[in-house]
Amino acid sequence: MSILVIAEHDNTGIRPSTLNTIAAAKLLGDDIHLFVATNNSELPNSASTIESVSKVISSVDDTLEHQLPEALAPMIKEVATSYSHVLAPATTFGKNLMPRASALLDSQQISDISGVIDQDTFKRPIYAGSCIATVKSNDSIKLITVRATAFDPVQLSGGSAAVESFDSVVSNDKSEFVNEEIAKSDRPELTAADVIISGGRGMQSGDNFHLLESIADKLGAAVGASRAAVDAGFVPNDYQVGQTGKIVAPNLYIAVGISGAIQHLAGMKDSKVIVAINKDEDAPIFQVADYGLVADLFNALPELADKI
Amino acid sequence: MKILVPIKRVVDYNVKVRPLSDNSNVDLNNVKMAVNPFCEIAVEEAVRLKESGTATEIIAVTVGTSASQEQLRTALALGCDRAILIESEENPEPLVIAKALAKIFEEENPDLIILGKQAIDGDNNQTGQMLSAILDLPQATFASKLVIEGQTANVTREIDGGLQTIKVNLPAIVTTDLRLNEPRYASLPNIMKAKKKELATKNINDLGIDTSARTEIISVELPPQREAGIKVESVDELIDKLKNEAKAI
Ligand SMILES: Cc1cc2nc3c(=O)[nH]c(=O)nc-3n(C[C@H](O)[C@H](O)[C@H](O)COP(=O)(O)OP(=O)(O)OC[C@H]3O[C@@H](n4cnc5c(N)ncnc54)[C@H](O)[C@@H]3O)c2cc1C
Ligand SMILES: Nc1ncnc2c1ncn2[C@@H]1O[C@H](COP(=O)(O)O)[C@@H](O)[C@H]1O
Repeated sequence: MSILVIAEHDNTGIRPSTLNTIAAAKLLGDDIHLFVATNNSELPNSASTIESVSKVISSVDDTLEHQLPEALAPMIKEVATSYSHVLAPATTFGKNLMPRASALLDSQQISDISGVIDQDTFKRPIYAGSCIATVKSNDSIKLITVRATAFDPVQLSGGSAAVESFDSVVSNDKSEFVNEEIAKSDRPELTAADVIISGGRGMQSGDNFHLLESIADKLGAAVGASRAAVDAGFVPNDYQVGQTGKIVAPNLYIAVGISGAIQHLAGMKDSKVIVAINKDEDAPIFQVADYGLVADLFNALPELADKI
Repeated sequence: MKILVPIKRVVDYNVKVRPLSDNSNVDLNNVKMAVNPFCEIAVEEAVRLKESGTATEIIAVTVGTSASQEQLRTALALGCDRAILIESEENPEPLVIAKALAKIFEEENPDLIILGKQAIDGDNNQTGQMLSAILDLPQATFASKLVIEGQTANVTREIDGGLQTIKVNLPAIVTTDLRLNEPRYASLPNIMKAKKKELATKNINDLGIDTSARTEIISVELPPQREAGIKVESVDELIDKLKNEAKAI
């Protein structure tokens, strides 16, 4: 049977997490279809070049601009019946949408998979990544969300999928989009960045984050944060890395003034190289750091910015 | 306005959970249990709505073994008016929990259901969305702000790119994110008072729902462990290691 992937996009382009999700789908079958619900009639065509996708199922309608799950989930329910697996990224988009579609299909979703064993069996982290469970699903249509960092993305180009339209758009009078505050930044996005420098409570204020930013500028890095730094109002919520924030796995992760609580580690411990800067030599972050520097960050950061 | 708050008994968030020696599941022997942190936030939000005069009654409900009574008592001590225990086996799947909660919705007809966004044991992040689907109600997940205006709720949601505000018609399902509020602690007098509040018990098998499990746990293992690295003495040494050893910059 074929595999359906639900595309995450911003109506102008396909989000990178979709490409990791397609990579996971490739481990399940080689006939991969991509469902694109949008208000932009150009988007399905541009998605048709994605590597490994054989068909784009496109639903274009003005009401789909904000892709609210009350409308989208019933559409997925209808499309899903000809597939063995339906996959979406385990981002806030996928987490919001997929369980709703799953319940409509009377299927028990498998959340946030980090590995594919076979058609029915998956690995997924539980208890903030303290353990990895191997789970077998007996549902005939399996709905799955995919941990993007666990699968190397396919390319945006190289494919030539057929585009087929799906016209039964579902109307929604239960919920309504009001507004959005989307952070705009010239830096790379956290989940796609090659280098991340994150600050914790030790940064003491939002203003002090400029110490991280000047290093980030030199390294082309994204800036992240611990929950404590977000809760204290130093930086906005979209900076949060961890069990309940973003899951990242860059080449280099630099944790500054972060103690290393398990909930933070859950979001970054699969990074290739980890650096920790902390004035407390017993901070748990040093147990996962490849390179630890015991120092006051207010001395170390300016020096690092200067010399790097 | 009546609010239903589904809560879950989970391992305390400070416990580092390990697999059983035969790797059949996680080892929960003698570990400290607590109300799921996101459910505490849900209870707190409901209590604040009652304190501000918007809500009139708060019902806490859980699906679990009789041990979960402890967490229901905590919810009562925090300000819920009564509680319902739906007795079941250990850890039913989110789809089963959502079906059970839907039955309670039909009996109680609340105007608002506030759940946690995620239970920190299975990290599923499913139940609220599934319940919304089953009841055909709107959902406002990952809420960091909730404002009730007549028959609608304005909810600000924490999404990957920033914040999104949506408006949902009541009755609606809201799931809580960390920054919705900071939960209070139960005071001793309130803990005493909670002992006298109503706690009703039902059996999940009497609800007329399909409780069969769709998934099975094959094994539970530790993730690959990182080897602790080295401590460097200076910023210069750090830069040198990153350039020449790790080749990361
Ligand atoms: C349900 C739940 C979910 C959670 N989800 C997340 C999550 O997704 N992400 C997350 O990060 N947390 C999460 N947490 C919170 C987590 O448990 C920790 O509280 C949090 O990660 C701590 O942040 P921190 O390391 O910045 O602060 P702290 O633990 O306070 O650590 C600050 C560190 O800074 C160091 N420091 C202070 N001053 C200096 C200085 N001048 N120079 C150098 N070092 C200095 C200190 O030595 C200390 O180690 C969650 C908690 C719960 C209960
Ligand atoms: N057994 C349960 N009984 C009542 N509510 C639950 C139960 N399990 C989960 N929930 C609710 O659903 C939320 C999300 O849980 P989950 O989908 O398991 O991550 C929790 O924060 C609770 O509000």
